[in-house]
Amino acid sequence: MTRPTQTTTPQTGSDGVKRGLADMLKGGVIMDVVDTEQAKIAEDAGAVAVMALERVPADIRANGGVARMSDPEMITGIVEAVSIPVMAKARIGHFVEARVLQSLGVDYVDESEVLTPADEAHHIDKWAFTVPFVCGATNLGEALRRIGEGAAMIRSKGEAGTGNVVEATRHMRAIRSDIRRLARMDAQELYTAAKELQAPLPLVQEIAESGRLPVVLFTAGGIATPADAAMMMQLGAEGVFVGSGIFKSGDPARRAEAIVKATTFHDDPDVIAKVSAGLGEAMVGRTDLSDAERLAVRGW
Amino acid sequence: MTVTTGGGASAPVGVLALQGNVAEHLDALRACGADARPVRRPAELDEVAGLVLPGGESTTLSKLLVAFDLLEPLRARLAAGMPAFGSCAGMILLAREAIDARPDQHQLGALDIVVRRNAFGRQVQSFESDLAVTGIHGGPVRAVFIRAPWVESTGRGVDVLARIPGSVSGPASGKVVAVRQGPVMATAFHPEQTGDARLHDLFLQRVREYTA
Repeated sequence: MTRPTQTTTPQTGSDGVKRGLADMLKGGVIMDVVDTEQAKIAEDAGAVAVMALERVPADIRANGGVARMSDPEMITGIVEAVSIPVMAKARIGHFVEARVLQSLGVDYVDESEVLTPADEAHHIDKWAFTVPFVCGATNLGEALRRIGEGAAMIRSKGEAGTGNVVEATRHMRAIRSDIRRLARMDAQELYTAAKELQAPLPLVQEIAESGRLPVVLFTAGGIATPADAAMMMQLGAEGVFVGSGIFKSGDPARRAEAIVKATTFHDDPDVIAKVSAGLGEAMVGRTDLSDAERLAVRGW
Repeated sequence: MTVTTGGGASAPVGVLALQGNVAEHLDALRACGADARPVRRPAELDEVAGLVLPGGESTTLSKLLVAFDLLEPLRARLAAGMPAFGSCAGMILLAREAIDARPDQHQLGALDIVVRRNAFGRQVQSFESDLAVTGIHGGPVRAVFIRAPWVESTGRGVDVLARIPGSVSGPASGKVVAVRQGPVMATAFHPEQTGDARLHDLFLQRVREYTA
């Protein structure tokens, strides 16, 4: 983490405060919500933050069309309805949507593959903002490119709106496995690794030394049950995003609370068994995606 | 430096590990030589001589304290004089009263202070600054304020350890951001985020005084 010049003038938008907010969310669950009523249910259930969006990923898939930043009126309504942090999504590369979200006072911007990308080659220059960004990644190289662009938090992409945890598992394992691989390399090998990962060398060297990402790593994309959340925590996630999994289930309030508890006690099967009992229907889920329907391949 | 009780045995200290930046507090305490452990269960609380309440979401922490039967045991330990150190959300929980908190949020009441939640504003107003803290020697503390509270009022017996400098304009000017009352201390900012463990060292001194 870069230390700014010591000064008594209050400094906003520093690495310390951007990455720091993600630190405060660790061990918690961030829930997708589409209106103030859902936002309050999420806060009541113990969510550490909410993600405000017009349609959850399962509905974006079902409805098709271009998915964009949500209506500012809806985002403002949620910002005013809850006291926990509010995140909102901008399209990949859409720096004006991100500016609008910053101006609305959202606490984190998710530059998200769940929305239709606005730029085929460039992600947003996230250093240029005061508001922090979270970005998705399927592997370590992608995570480091996003951090190089200024992302203050990373989440595994998974495959949003499917209720199927397999892609989140794949991405979390890939990221963690590559970190372990770097930690075993000597200095010469790291130059080649940086080229292979297409990632900035200083970040590769930093991770080889520390054995961890310099920002918080959450999981996302397909988490539907308390056991899904607990497994992802045990695989190395520091917290959980749940999108369609809560409000597309039979009893959202109970499921939300159960996922919060299972995230805290992710290593205690007795707690997970207790909170999982009688939760009602999980979201139906999909396993039949065509290549064109895969969201995780968006971004580079 | 080692934390020792009167008998010379190492007294473990805990970090409330329900949610939040637990690892940073554990690191800071261990850097001071303490036997630091995460605390999620009543039995784990019984084993520690002092407790750090970390930054996190105070609404979430309050809810999980109840759900996992820690609220009353924690209140009882604090009432019996257990040293505690809260940062940000931890300060909110330790306070007698929190303004702008959910009505169902539980207060531990170990500090006779009224705090205002998210007092400095939203994340884009989060900031860091150098801050002089009473009892901390060797220069100012780099204080990281993240959607932080401030202290609106303090009761008798509460020592003010730090204020936002009067040179800062606006409503934050002069606001109290670090306090101590007997064995309990709290900061609105995050000393665990900067690798400077002087405040943790001060807390461990309290633990030694009160367990000796």
